[in-house]
Amino acid sequence: MKKLINAPADVVVESLAGLAAAHPSLAVDLEQRVVHRADGPVAGKVGLISGGGSGHEPLHGGFVGLGMLDAAAAGEVFTSPVPDQILAATKYADGGAGVLHIVKNYTGDVMNFEMAAELADGVQIATVVTNDDVAVEDSLYTAGRRGVGVTVLVEKIAGAAAEAGRSLAEVAAVAQRVNDRGRSMGLALTSGTVPAAGKPTFDLPEDQIELGVGIHGEPGRQRVPLPSAREAAAMLVEPVLAEISPEQGVLAFVNGLGATPLIEQYLVYGEVAALLERHGVPIVRSLVGPYITSLDMAGVSVTLLAVDEEMLQLWDAPVNTPGLRWGV
Amino acid sequence: MGRVSVEAWIREYARLIAEAAPRLTELDSAVGDADHGANLSRGMAAVVAALDSSSFDDDGALLKKVGMTLVSTVGGASGPLYGTFFLRVSSALGDGFPAAFRAGVDGVAARGKSAVGEKTMLDTLVPAADALEAGKDWPAVVDAASAGRNSTVPLVARKGRASYLGERSAGHLDPGAESSFLLVRAAASALGAND
Repeated sequence: MKKLINAPADVVVESLAGLAAAHPSLAVDLEQRVVHRADGPVAGKVGLISGGGSGHEPLHGGFVGLGMLDAAAAGEVFTSPVPDQILAATKYADGGAGVLHIVKNYTGDVMNFEMAAELADGVQIATVVTNDDVAVEDSLYTAGRRGVGVTVLVEKIAGAAAEAGRSLAEVAAVAQRVNDRGRSMGLALTSGTVPAAGKPTFDLPEDQIELGVGIHGEPGRQRVPLPSAREAAAMLVEPVLAEISPEQGVLAFVNGLGATPLIEQYLVYGEVAALLERHGVPIVRSLVGPYITSLDMAGVSVTLLAVDEEMLQLWDAPVNTPGLRWGV
Repeated sequence: MGRVSVEAWIREYARLIAEAAPRLTELDSAVGDADHGANLSRGMAAVVAALDSSSFDDDGALLKKVGMTLVSTVGGASGPLYGTFFLRVSSALGDGFPAAFRAGVDGVAARGKSAVGEKTMLDTLVPAADALEAGKDWPAVVDAASAGRNSTVPLVARKGRASYLGERSAGHLDPGAESSFLLVRAAASALGAND
């Protein structure tokens, strides 16, 4: 393992300290490992929090700021935060109008957020569980579809709704609609390496890829020979497109999983765009870059969101966070 | 069952977990996200630190502290699951150890919305609870837990991150079933001696 760290046990807290040092608009509670808006909580505004294992940067701490999250709880690498942290984040976000918990559908995340919500006396909580990964097929036989790329879009769009002064019920409703209308699929060229484990989570031969990976280095559903970028784009886009109804076009999001450079991400985006054009699906907004990563895993995911007019307006609204910034 | 033996159970479990951490993480690498050993050993180290620095009025209070400490330090799925186990055992201790153990196992099933046969901790814990309630001696309880643990190898996971693997999860020992087996083994060596 070759990583720029001091000690595996200190990776998360030292990274958060660096994040706070780099971005004065953020404050970090290093004891609880919660990133929150330095100017928060915003009185009368619905608070948005998320959280999950670390190792997905910039998700979630990098999306704290104007127009997106109010606080984020950072668990150990690939391990969900504990209820105490989620509770602390909830309190940092609570401006009196209630708090929305944005939870990715993983067993540990769901259970810890559930316990935190049970403990959050006096704060009105709504929860949206993102589950956009089409690689996981049948929730009768699994823990249900994973929450992946669409989580970023939920945080941005619901964050804009909260910033616009909407109620907790309204913010939760738009968050749920984004989740319901967005789908994702990813592939990995290499495994990531968890600092505490010290070696790659799985071995992947040079000539093969894992198709249908999530964001934790967990193996995908299928191992297939290394495709060209064009073939890879089709492997990701076709199953996603089959599950959405893009009447008014899509927001197309090509996400780098950590170690894949932008040159390849843009190349893949070009293939995705060409494919969608052949399907007659207009791309009305796009996002390309590493926004929800899996440490140093090489690979990409594609998220398509079947947008409507309201989502577009909220997407275009100003946002000012370390990971996403426009209109300010 | 005296104070010393419940505390000995927890301390023995912490010792076994610390020893097994690399192996648990390796088992988890095959089907999950490679953090089970690191997480549980971090949590049990915090439990031992809490035991070293506190005194407790009774076994129930001690086990409650164990549960709360695990929930607050482990994260992932194992934190709420093992935490709930000890919290439930703590509140049911007055009904005797077999009933209390069963209450803990029921708590794990409720928190994880799971049942036997889904390749989880429960495949170890439920047969152990059955054996305890049937009045079996500790070696037989350990055998039942061991058979339950081994039964997870051919199973296809239905819960947790391993479920995403589908058929590919078959052929691997479930890391949670293994750490639960250590919990039973620790009970046998700490509590069995006082039978």
